[in-house]
Amino acid sequence: MSKNLRINNKQFVDETRKLSFIFNGKKLYGYKGDTLASALLSNDIHLVGRSFKYHRPRGIMTSGSEEPNAILQIGNDDALTDPNVRATEIELYDGLICNSQNCWPSVKFDIGGINNFLSPLLPAGFYYKTFMWPASFWEKYEYFIRKSAGLGKSPTKQDPDMYDHRYMHCDILIVGGGVSGLIAAKIASDDNKKVLLLEDKELLGGSLIYDDNDISKIDNQKSSEWLKKLIENIKNDKNIIIKTRTSLAAYHNYNFLLARQNLTDHLSVNDRNNKIRQRLYKIRAKKVIISTGAIERPQVFHNNDRPGIMLASAVKKYIDYYGVRCGLENVIFTNNDSAYETALSLHKSGTKLNAIIDIRDNSSSEIVNKVKSLGIQIYWNHTVVNTKGYKRINKITIMKLNDKGNDVVGKKIELNCDCLAISGGWTPMVHLFTQSGGKLKFDNKDNIFVPDKTNLNQLSIGSAKGDFELDDVLKNSIKDTKKFLQIENSNFDKIDVKCSKEKEKKNIWLLPSDKPLSKTKPFLDYQNDSTAKDIKLALREGFKSIEHVKRYTTTGMGTDQGKLANMHALGIVADTTNTNMGDLGTTTFRPPYTPLTFGTIVGRNVGQFFDIFRKTPMHDWHVDNNAKFENVGQWKRAWYYPKDGESMHDAVQRESKAARESSGILDASTLGKIDIQGTDANEFLNRVYTNAWSKLQIGKCRYGLMLNEDGMVYDDGVTTKLGENHYLMTTTTGGAANVMSKLEDYLQTEWPELDVFLTSVTDHFATASVCGPNAKKIVNKIFKDLDLSDESFPHMSFKEVKLGNINCRIMRISFTGELSYEINVEASYGKYIWEKCIEAGKEFNITPYGTETMHLLRAEKGFIIVGQDTDGTMTPVDLQMDWIISKKKYDFIGKRSLYRSDTIREDRKQLVGLLTDDPNEILEEGAQIVKDENKKPVNMLGHVTSSYFSPTLKKSIALAVLKEGKKLKGQKLLVPMIDKTIKVTVSDTVFLDKENERING
Amino acid sequence: MFLINCPYCGERDQSEFVSGGEAHIARPKQPTELNDDQWAEYLFMRKNIKGIQFERWNHAHGCRKWFNVARDTSNDKIEKIYKMGEQPPKL
Ligand SMILES: [Zn+2]
Repeated sequence: MSKNLRINNKQFVDETRKLSFIFNGKKLYGYKGDTLASALLSNDIHLVGRSFKYHRPRGIMTSGSEEPNAILQIGNDDALTDPNVRATEIELYDGLICNSQNCWPSVKFDIGGINNFLSPLLPAGFYYKTFMWPASFWEKYEYFIRKSAGLGKSPTKQDPDMYDHRYMHCDILIVGGGVSGLIAAKIASDDNKKVLLLEDKELLGGSLIYDDNDISKIDNQKSSEWLKKLIENIKNDKNIIIKTRTSLAAYHNYNFLLARQNLTDHLSVNDRNNKIRQRLYKIRAKKVIISTGAIERPQVFHNNDRPGIMLASAVKKYIDYYGVRCGLENVIFTNNDSAYETALSLHKSGTKLNAIIDIRDNSSSEIVNKVKSLGIQIYWNHTVVNTKGYKRINKITIMKLNDKGNDVVGKKIELNCDCLAISGGWTPMVHLFTQSGGKLKFDNKDNIFVPDKTNLNQLSIGSAKGDFELDDVLKNSIKDTKKFLQIENSNFDKIDVKCSKEKEKKNIWLLPSDKPLSKTKPFLDYQNDSTAKDIKLALREGFKSIEHVKRYTTTGMGTDQGKLANMHALGIVADTTNTNMGDLGTTTFRPPYTPLTFGTIVGRNVGQFFDIFRKTPMHDWHVDNNAKFENVGQWKRAWYYPKDGESMHDAVQRESKAARESSGILDASTLGKIDIQGTDANEFLNRVYTNAWSKLQIGKCRYGLMLNEDGMVYDDGVTTKLGENHYLMTTTTGGAANVMSKLEDYLQTEWPELDVFLTSVTDHFATASVCGPNAKKIVNKIFKDLDLSDESFPHMSFKEVKLGNINCRIMRISFTGELSYEINVEASYGKYIWEKCIEAGKEFNITPYGTETMHLLRAEKGFIIVGQDTDGTMTPVDLQMDWIISKKKYDFIGKRSLYRSDTIREDRKQLVGLLTDDPNEILEEGAQIVKDENKKPVNMLGHVTSSYFSPTLKKSIALAVLKEGKKLKGQKLLVPMIDKTIKVTVSDTVFLDKENERING
Repeated sequence: MFLINCPYCGERDQSEFVSGGEAHIARPKQPTELNDDQWAEYLFMRKNIKGIQFERWNHAHGCRKWFNVARDTSNDKIEKIYKMGEQPPKL
């Protein structure tokens, strides 16, 4: 450190704890209590990045979340690096590594800087205008933009950190721990309310806590001293939960809010082990008080973006809080009294202040008079017309304003300046208020938008509502909080506040220069490089709505959401179009208010906790027997069981051959099961399925097809009549929950008169499905006393038997076309019955098969899978399943839709079979089917829905939906693939055992 | 995220509920009597208004009961909650 930038101090920075950090490869030092920004500034580093479009050198500008420039890449670990971190927000820790991110190859020599000289060629809308055409060039543009613009690197490895979510409920949520928030918290607590107080900084107290002037007094004490006592009091208050380092990310309807707490980001990397990094609070508050304060505005003048140009309030905070001088040749440029506090802080710390430039004619408030009495040179009615210094400001030029304030007059004065502290007044932080749906109104006196109407139980206080002077802040906060909480008296009612009162106000949104506007660069949005010129250009080109102007010029579109720029953009639009700012309206602020990491958003829901998954009672057996699993809904289903390194194809061929030739066993536990009881259960089934149920006898099973009201197939499955008024319905695995909801919906809302009760019993039963020519022998070995003869136990029937103490429901139903028994037992006996079957089937080479083989076996028989062969546009007629539509029933769900003009069209897509001319060629599911591939545009007739190689038929088979498919049987069609065209013939959908002989073994 | 006052369970978080679209569209008692246009009116046509909208909600992760909600779509304020079968309130 060659320059003496650290001031002896300080209550907030611990100079006994020296910390090292690395910025762009250089080792530097700071102290515990510093932010990265204050540490950089104490090392005389202002230049930290390059702007997005012109790659102009940019320096630290603020001391908070509104920072547009000091956006750094933190860390160099592939898993832990964080892009887009504001140096003004991150607390310094030992070993911190950071890099500038928006510059290539380096921050000091940046190739993109050439854009600065090309800037006349890069006006507003440049990206839209240039990169739109020709479309095929986009790849090249994108490469160029990414290489030279680049907003940081995302981590390339999995995030090893832990993140948490926590729900919180409170009577009063207070957002912002500055003086007004603290007073509100105390008032609420004294009224016995449960208070949650959030503060995004490490310490409570806001800007008043480091206020050191002698003018502001509360109850005859220095205001910061008074505040410290209040904070001590609040910390010991049992009604108040305080969360520091916690910033509010989103304010949703019904007072639901999200806040993010940083728990380890301020610790050195070694101290973070096994700690939760960030916690997301999901807060439901009865009432919300917003006390987020205000952000200082910059001023808009030529070359107002050089490193060393900072907000006056930031310069003050770096001196008073961090003990860091931002420059040794300071100049203040203001339009209001607040920057005079910076003047006093500079003076008190013995820091050189060359001059104050004030665009007002004069001011005679207490604080300005005090500055005058110190002999500091003040240029009234002057403005900065230019600044010099490429990587750091070194000189400014000022001129006198004319009477109207729209031009400059007289001669230029040049001043030395390595830090220009600018203030254009203050903007209340109304972001959260508007995010919550609140409407703003414009205050012409201060040129600010303030909270107006809201539907929520919320209140804005302090400078967040537009009170900027200490007596207003305190007295109105007390008064408004009492009213909001319906309290008569508080302990603050007799508070005595003294402060300087501002009398003169003047505001010029775009300050004039001696050069024409076209030759100047007055920046509005530092991050996106939009200037006042761009706004005017957008208006000339016909953009009127502020939302359009914003998008066209990209003003306010950066990671800072234009916290600094938006008011000037509005002001310039209003001035140019002669509109009242209040009539323009503001742009909408959207969550998150400050960026959230992905880790915080997902919390613990990563890896195996990303979503719940369901396992059948036989799951462990499948794992032990080398099953591969597929996800079906939330279920893990055995997919196939490869042996000795078999491929999936080989395993499926072996499994399906075994099922057809001897026996196979499938875990069918995942099928949805709904227990239906009640005197109207039969009538209910008649209404929800297409076919008739009235004649079904106890002990019999029936396949049913369920439609939506639009006539499209929704679900299917077998329902068994267990007793007079008792049925067990099965549904598809993936459709179970939806079917249940749909049936409940009809029962509750359309047919409340029906006496029917539904209970989901999917998880209560486990199902082992044994099939194949030897299935009967195997089941017989297990249930020795059971009569399995076709007469006693025919296809589509059911028997209830005991195996020891285990109740077994056996359904003789088949989805494979083979003789098949589905044995249902209480879930806890699932693995037992499965192993019993395996043991009994050993001599018959019983082969466990998974979902893939099941799909193949049913496709050979032409059985559909809802959701694979149907997609919500298929009626039963389209599926060639006319046989299942009852002609006699007056009504069922979807019946009327089956003869709408659209559903009776004969040229609808219909389910057909496809056979490839080359029997070894397997079609790809999803492949398109055409008749003529030469006539362009090629007419798509349909697509393949299921396709397999059948080991039993020794040929490839497929199901497809095809336009007018029913009429096309025997037709030759084409399936064009990327490297060849496959010839196919339309066939019947049933490929094997058309006579249904196999189901009887 | 809304807070919804289930008429059977009380005030719960929106994440426990599913929305079922516009309320008071009764399934025709005799669908076969309707022509295509009338059936299409029932099947497809739904209102999407700015202001008070009557809609069905289901406490899916709770009591699983369906009920009606009068919600102002301009600000998501729930004006009234009433049971299935009850008439919509005059708002
Ligand atoms: Zn409920």
